[in-house]
Amino acid sequence: MKNGKFLIAPLLLWLGIFFAIPLLIVVVVSFAGRTPYGQVIFNWTLENYVRFFEPLYLSIFADTLWVAVLTTVFTIILGYPLAYYIAQLPKKWQQPGLILVMIPFWINFLIRSFAWVIILRSQGVLNTLLIKLGFITAPLQLLYNDTAVMVGMVYSLLPFMVLPIYVSLEQLDRRLLEAAYDLGATPFTAFRKITLPLTLSGISEGTILVFISSLGMFIVPEIMGGAKAALVGNLIQNQFLSARNWPFGSALSIVLAILSLVLITIYYKALAAGKGGGKDA
Amino acid sequence: MIRLEGISKRFGDQVIIPPTDLTVNEGEFLTLLGPSGCGKTTLLRMIAGLETPSSGKIFLADKEVTDLPPYRRDVNMVFQHYALFPHMTVEENIRFGLKMKKVDLQEQDKRVEQVLAMTRLQDLRHRYPKQMSGGQQQRVAIARALVNNPKVVLLDEPLGALDYQLRKNLQLELADLQYDLGITFVYVTHDREEALTMSDRIIVMNKGLIEQDGRPGEIYHRPGNEFVAKFIGETNFFDLGDGLTTLLRPEKLNLCPEEGDDGAHPAPHFFGTITDVVFYGTIDKVFVDLDGSKQEVVAYQYFDDARKWRMDERVGIWWYPQDEVKLSK
Amino acid sequence: MPKTWRNHALLAYALAILAFLYLPLMILALYSFNESRINAVWSGFTVNWYASLFNNRRVLEALTNSLVVACISTVVSTVLGTTGAMALNRYKYRFKAAINGLLYLPILIPEIVMGLSLLVLFSQTAIPLGKVSLILAHITFCVSFVVITVNSRLEGMEAELEAAAADLYATPLQTFRYVTLPLAMPGIIAGALIAFTLSIDDFVISFFVAGPNSTTLPLYIYAMVKRGISPEINALSTLMMLTTVLLIILAHLLQGSPKKASPADE
Repeated sequence: MKNGKFLIAPLLLWLGIFFAIPLLIVVVVSFAGRTPYGQVIFNWTLENYVRFFEPLYLSIFADTLWVAVLTTVFTIILGYPLAYYIAQLPKKWQQPGLILVMIPFWINFLIRSFAWVIILRSQGVLNTLLIKLGFITAPLQLLYNDTAVMVGMVYSLLPFMVLPIYVSLEQLDRRLLEAAYDLGATPFTAFRKITLPLTLSGISEGTILVFISSLGMFIVPEIMGGAKAALVGNLIQNQFLSARNWPFGSALSIVLAILSLVLITIYYKALAAGKGGGKDA
Repeated sequence: MIRLEGISKRFGDQVIIPPTDLTVNEGEFLTLLGPSGCGKTTLLRMIAGLETPSSGKIFLADKEVTDLPPYRRDVNMVFQHYALFPHMTVEENIRFGLKMKKVDLQEQDKRVEQVLAMTRLQDLRHRYPKQMSGGQQQRVAIARALVNNPKVVLLDEPLGALDYQLRKNLQLELADLQYDLGITFVYVTHDREEALTMSDRIIVMNKGLIEQDGRPGEIYHRPGNEFVAKFIGETNFFDLGDGLTTLLRPEKLNLCPEEGDDGAHPAPHFFGTITDVVFYGTIDKVFVDLDGSKQEVVAYQYFDDARKWRMDERVGIWWYPQDEVKLSK
Repeated sequence: MPKTWRNHALLAYALAILAFLYLPLMILALYSFNESRINAVWSGFTVNWYASLFNNRRVLEALTNSLVVACISTVVSTVLGTTGAMALNRYKYRFKAAINGLLYLPILIPEIVMGLSLLVLFSQTAIPLGKVSLILAHITFCVSFVVITVNSRLEGMEAELEAAAADLYATPLQTFRYVTLPLAMPGIIAGALIAFTLSIDDFVISFFVAGPNSTTLPLYIYAMVKRGISPEINALSTLMMLTTVLLIILAHLLQGSPKKASPADE
């Protein structure tokens, strides 16, 4: 079975051709220029990366980061108690509870965003309801603004937060809490001093997942956001499909990819260091 | 039955087993005994063909099998954690080897029934391994090996995962089974008691080397070196000034009062003070600090109502000369 | 008791969040049965939107495209991923870090980056955007998930089982056929289901590499949403949600327990 070792070759070859090489081409294109008609010319320029620092694009990047931070914070606030509730259910109810959280996660982003369009648009469910109940007389502009994008993002990414937090809560040694109560800790103190620190790794894993997913998100702002609500993802898409400025789009996506990978690396380094030092990450 | 000539095993620069010779006789219950990491399992797996030796030759019934893959060797193994196929029933597990060898169906049925009866598994034949206790799984593992009528059965710590009482029972059962079938068993364990009760012959191994090869009695009473002596049981070492180390098992040491002794035995070699007496059921373990040295010795004394040994009592220690084992320093 | 009070509060919170997760989807499904085309006012029950869906040539075409792409990419990525996972599990490789990078990066990198890089590749190599480019792209983002799913199954498998089979006279091929494959099967099927779900659901990457004649269902929904709201989108979305949920439940059942263990008795 010595030859069995080569069974991995087709897989690696495939990923090499259709994943690694395309990425390398994008890197190359990000250093290229273009003709007025959108043709790529390979002339090794840093122009695309310099352009990234123009105030317009920097502000889009800042907006994207800000939306990602807010999304992360809201998913923690909403997700932690839910994960906590599921983790303290009797064993046989935990699995179904978890599946209940995960099902929406598997449903298409597009459909989930569209569901909110149905609710928030001016002739939508919420406006109709509010008018019927007499709270308002004319429909409110609920859709196509930053708040709508936030709602859509939190809604789409919440399961990403619940799952890792649940896992860390589930692994928590209950005897530690009993010991804390035994030593006179109030439930709140026990939570703050024991549960929270020991589930920090779950929170940070969820944070990484949610944060990175929101950085690259473009469906939600595309469908629920207004003209102003463009994030980096929309900008990249725009450069490739409308503006036909592939070199600039490539530079933007390289920045996005590097940012994501750096965050992941920092997270895993911190996790490893935390484990090595006997502290929680 | 099995002959190993100059067998060795290296992983990179690390020598697991230096070149070693070993012969296993037909119908013998041979035990490879040693601490974990001593190379005994590696040796067993090389016989099975699951590891390739770095040098040397392996003969099975006088035929060289060194380069044969495991599925062409007439030996069967009982694995440490049984390695039962979880997706097959007991009967399917047992039948597996016969099916692979394409034994005809009637013969398969006959032999499966035989070993099921032999291992008292008839009622459990449709169970899956997960649905059985450790002891039952262990019996399936043995049945799965025996059904193939192998020339040799290799057993890798087969009782290691079981609790003490069950292990005791199965030791006797296994030894009886081997005796009745007359199949050669090569048994690997780190449990000296297990080795002593079951084996015809024991090979004591340490760091890949064979330290001693002998019958259980020999190994116990005439250990060839310090390692064997210590590994096989509690031992006292004495320096009697003859340039050799004298070794005595605790049960060979006898105690007598320092004064008022009846003298009906050899004179005491040492005197000392009892530091501790621990009750062990049939024996007392008595610890004695020898006079004029820091040495502490342990002696097993049969429980005797008439004569109780107490802490701080002054005693003499004597033994019969024939119980001495002399080792060069 | 403060403790039960706390439990009630927690339960209420959990239920509220579950409602937040499910209400929009339920409303979406509900309105696929509403007669009114524009308004959110309930004007009567109808299945007309579903009927018109099945009479819509372009919907059926998108469905066919989605199914063809999903089936082919599932088969290819499952075969590629399974052989790769088995080789990885069995043999030691040099450059392990590089191999792992190649396997995990496709999952970690933002989808949009993967989509546009494939677009760049296809345009540079003059592969026309269409079903072929879609299938190539889908295999690429599915295959890592298959490797991970199959690998986690194989890692849970006792390594000695293959040694035991070899010891019981099974040739390497027989060992694979009777031991390795049946034991890995739940992982392989789960991997295939995940691949299928990912493929049929994918929007971002397809958005970049699909051609005018290879619109998939998510791309079609996107086009419809962009054109304006219509209950047909609700109907189509509802059907897709149902399919997804069924596939997930199936995957869970398969991965769950092949044989239920009962307490041992002796």
